[in-house]
Amino acid sequence: MFTATPLNRRSYRNQSLAKAVFFLMTVVLVIPVLLIVGTLVVKGAPAISWEFLFTAPTDNMTAGGIFPALVGTIWLVVVALLASVPVGVAAALYLSEYAPDNLLTRTINLAIINLAGVPSIVHALFGFGAFVLFFRMGQSILAASLTLAIMTLPVVIVATRESLQAVPQAFREACWNMGATRWQTIRKVVLPNSISGILTGVILEVSRTAGETAPIMFTGAAMFVPFLPESVFDQTMAMSYHLYNVATQLTDVPEELTFGVALVLIAIVLMMNAVSIGFRVYLRGMKKW
Amino acid sequence: MDSGHNGDFAIETRGLNLWYGDFQALFDVDLGVKRGMITSMIGPSGCGKTTLLRTCNRIIERLGYVRTTGSVFVLGHDIFGDDVELVQVRKQIGMVFQRPNPLPISIRDNVLFGFKLHEARLRKVSAAEEDEVLESSLRQVLLWDTVKDRLDKPATGLSLEEQQKLCIARLLPVKPQVLLMDEPCSALDPAGTEAVEELIWRLRGEYTILIVTHNMAQARRASEECVFMLLGRIIEHGRTEELFLSPEHSETADYIEGRYG
Ligand SMILES: Nc1ncnc2c1ncn2[C@@H]1O[C@H](COP(=O)(O)OP(=O)(O)O)[C@@H](O)[C@H]1O
Ligand SMILES: [Mg+2]
Repeated sequence: MFTATPLNRRSYRNQSLAKAVFFLMTVVLVIPVLLIVGTLVVKGAPAISWEFLFTAPTDNMTAGGIFPALVGTIWLVVVALLASVPVGVAAALYLSEYAPDNLLTRTINLAIINLAGVPSIVHALFGFGAFVLFFRMGQSILAASLTLAIMTLPVVIVATRESLQAVPQAFREACWNMGATRWQTIRKVVLPNSISGILTGVILEVSRTAGETAPIMFTGAAMFVPFLPESVFDQTMAMSYHLYNVATQLTDVPEELTFGVALVLIAIVLMMNAVSIGFRVYLRGMKKW
Repeated sequence: MDSGHNGDFAIETRGLNLWYGDFQALFDVDLGVKRGMITSMIGPSGCGKTTLLRTCNRIIERLGYVRTTGSVFVLGHDIFGDDVELVQVRKQIGMVFQRPNPLPISIRDNVLFGFKLHEARLRKVSAAEEDEVLESSLRQVLLWDTVKDRLDKPATGLSLEEQQKLCIARLLPVKPQVLLMDEPCSALDPAGTEAVEELIWRLRGEYTILIVTHNMAQARRASEECVFMLLGRIIEHGRTEELFLSPEHSETADYIEGRYG
């Protein structure tokens, strides 16, 4: 009575086929990632040492370490975070919590999403024109970080808005209904319930900028600075730009060193992702619903 | 005071029309909800009951594409007036939603949420006074004995029935005069429905209550006046027994006899 009919068998065949195709696609996706990371580790690991991490390059950057670039990247990302997070979160709060849901708001939202697709080299030119020249910041960490910040603003806004919108509308209505103002509602209910998502999303997005080269190339990154930056007005080396240089601009750089730089760069980005995910797990544990 | 309103009404709408974009959801609604009474509102799904309730405390405005014409008076005051402060309107009108929506905080914080928002900002409130408000609100909704040992536990851990009672309790410290209830029992099982209904009946007299219900028996049992809506219009409004025993309009008769969905 419960044996398979021909129709059952056909459905079953289709379903196995679909499963096989999806599995294959997943494999196709995973292989390049494994290859990249594998190559980097195999070829780059021998270069990694305390000395590599904590000394400056020597011999026309064909030997020595990466310390100024490492520190420079941290400066760039942190200053970019400080600039884009307050603006992006405030804009997202306005768009999601205050702005009426009308054509104008929807147009702005669409524009922001599209802005995220602007190529980074365009941001670079904008940053050069606006920050370096017009605002006379010169080539500096400040100009480079602001360029990165502008570039990440759309994704910061989108990530924040998504977290805000994940807070059930019923919570907001419950608050308004008791006579809370918009701001009281945001402060007491919306933010406490979305802050973990916001922070994670934002850190995740901004940490990607650690790998960006184009936007900082004209605005603040230098090929070689033998000392560490002391303020945001200094020029600095950066990991991504350093990699670009050792890989393509200089000759006689040992392959091992190039891959070592790449490996550290990837490790920085992954580490920041790990931190933000750990942060999310921690905050989620504290959440009461 | 606005001129020309009728002081017997807690809520009065005059020629109220409402559009969601191009779709008109309310047509020329003239409704007078008498003070100190329970008025029930019945009508098929999608006829505009929720819309009408949400217009009375202007929560509907959240949607940018909503447009209204006509006027709504609450306790004699035009809530669309220029000098109207929404916070003051909403303090007078508490709303209970179809799905219980306790905030994801403790039971205590839920009940004291409105109280802290309004009272505690004006003056120093002692812990003892907070406890008193907490206890009396929870007692009024018959929840005190069930939750008194877990006041600091999350409110989301309560059963739906308890959550809905909590949602009523948290309105009380703000001292509203009107309670709007949008199918407050529709998410509850029969026992929960009965308990919440009993509670609503207890609140009669102290508050003006406008309750939307799909449950004809509930409307009959628990209200003094009844409003029947259809397709965005009020078809009939009268004393509950009369509306059920001898409806004036054939649509009303059809509905209460179950000939609509
Ligand atoms: N947010 C909305 N946007 C557009 N149309 C809506 C919205 N909410 C309700 N409506 C429409 O308005 C009408 C009345 O809905 P509602 O007030 O929820 O009815 P009820 O509560 O009586 O079931 C329905 O036709 C519904 O489709
Ligand atoms: Mg409804």
